[in-house]
Amino acid sequence: MPNDLDRPFYDACNEDRLVLQHCAACNRFQFPPRAMCPRCGNPALAWRQLAGRGRIQSRVVVYDSPVSTLIPDQPFNVATISLEEEPELTMLSHLPGVPVDKVPIGAAVEVFFEATPATGQKVPEWRLVS
Amino acid sequence: MAIPIAPYAWHRNREGLGIWEGRGRVVATGVGTSPTARRWDEKPESSMGALTILAIRRAIEDAGITPDEIDGIVLTPESTTGVSNDPNAPAPAGWDSVFKMADFPQAGITRGDIDWILLNMPELKNVEFKMNGPVCMSVAFTTAAEAVSRGLAKTCLVVRGWHNLAGRYYVGQGAAALDTAAGPGKYGSIFGMPACATTAMVFEEYCNKYGKSHEMMAPFIVEERRNGLMNPDGYYTQHRPEMITVDDYLSGRWIAKPANIYDNDLPIQAALAVIFTTPQLAAHHKQKPVYILNHAQTRPELQGAVPTLNEWERASDRMGRMLYEGAGIGPEDVSFENMYDGFTLFHQFHLEGLRFASRGEKRGYALDLYQTDISIEGPNPVSPSGGNNGNGRTRWWNHRDCILQIQGRSPSQITRPAEIGISGAHVPNFCDALVWAASAD
Repeated sequence: MPNDLDRPFYDACNEDRLVLQHCAACNRFQFPPRAMCPRCGNPALAWRQLAGRGRIQSRVVVYDSPVSTLIPDQPFNVATISLEEEPELTMLSHLPGVPVDKVPIGAAVEVFFEATPATGQKVPEWRLVS
Repeated sequence: MAIPIAPYAWHRNREGLGIWEGRGRVVATGVGTSPTARRWDEKPESSMGALTILAIRRAIEDAGITPDEIDGIVLTPESTTGVSNDPNAPAPAGWDSVFKMADFPQAGITRGDIDWILLNMPELKNVEFKMNGPVCMSVAFTTAAEAVSRGLAKTCLVVRGWHNLAGRYYVGQGAAALDTAAGPGKYGSIFGMPACATTAMVFEEYCNKYGKSHEMMAPFIVEERRNGLMNPDGYYTQHRPEMITVDDYLSGRWIAKPANIYDNDLPIQAALAVIFTTPQLAAHHKQKPVYILNHAQTRPELQGAVPTLNEWERASDRMGRMLYEGAGIGPEDVSFENMYDGFTLFHQFHLEGLRFASRGEKRGYALDLYQTDISIEGPNPVSPSGGNNGNGRTRWWNHRDCILQIQGRSPSQITRPAEIGISGAHVPNFCDALVWAASAD
């Protein structure tokens, strides 16, 4: 559910674009969206589009999710994606199509956008680059 | 009036600050621990608040002082990391016939509150200094250390209680029961990760980088339970006095692989109170004073959805350097470490940041250390308290044990002389830690 702070992120998702906040003073991207740069306090953050490419940095296999709607899908992968432009910046992915517990660490991935069932709001997901 | 938190200037969160100005000016003496319970049975006399009052009375008695000597309280108001009630939710029937009510009905039930304590402990009639140490009792400890060292309180209680309501922790409750995600946790919650998953991800990265495995955690897990079962105040000793084995650990059900059930601490009800004072006033306390040589803080860089191995290693390395700089000691001076363990899979980040028992290694050595003698009888006692993993979730067994070890009365007393110990919590990039010592010299 978007709010005033993160609406540019979610609006861009609905247009199949990955945009994240960027602090010019630190030359650093950040995600999730925040009111200011946590490093320098700069509130004047710009929204910038990224290429939507990255690599799989780590993973877990979830067997005991607290989220009711996801419990029927257990076990499932969750991976951390390190972004090409900012390797310290991680996003999360279920890596759809990758067998459970077979996540290839270090593999190249690209973003795509999936509509969530409850509202139709698109969110970023990631898939292996073939 | 709202109870304040410590001013930012009290944080020791960067290198180059030199020896801590309060070094040797603050000591811990009395310790009071409540009984434990798995969940609240909704009776007022077993509530988190009741346990807190009991712990405070025990700490005062343990110190051998009178309640009117207490002039300060620092408290961690949050009493769970899981599901709580709205602060204004009504108290159960009969509550107000046992306790006086504070400004909000859940005070003493699902939230700690200094004013509620003072209303219900009339013997604490000289408390002038009141401050909250939010989120974690380690924040309360560092806040109280600053307060006493600055002369704002002379004899200060440090307090935290924990509640645990009925139902499965987090699972299918509150936001987790909805089919939409909102609020600050929404970016992660749509992926359905349990609380331990972030730690498991960074642990997996650690194993991949250094060629380690989850199985190598087993000796640490078993040793922690052994240490915890020596503690008469711990949850497992009181309610489930069962040792676990390596096989138990290796066959534990997965929560978020590579974190299994034994890598997750057990939520409980319990409370702890500790007395901080000056070395001069401690002269008439019953217990040996334990000096605080320094404290330090790390906070998250908040760049991505979850922290990276690099961030946790940077943060815990910096923590080690800050603690040693401000205390005027080095890793070779540390007798034991009691860094946080709940989740178990991040303990090694803390340990390596301190370079505890390092033979020159900087990173990637802790799981090898776990394969050696890390017992309380050995040369490198790792987590002698047993931590959350060995005693139940409180985030304070580790701090408590540093005091008891140095006083020579820990139920899991290390064999080597306990001269200097370090405790801190919680995650490596959001940690408040203290150096405790037998003397200021």
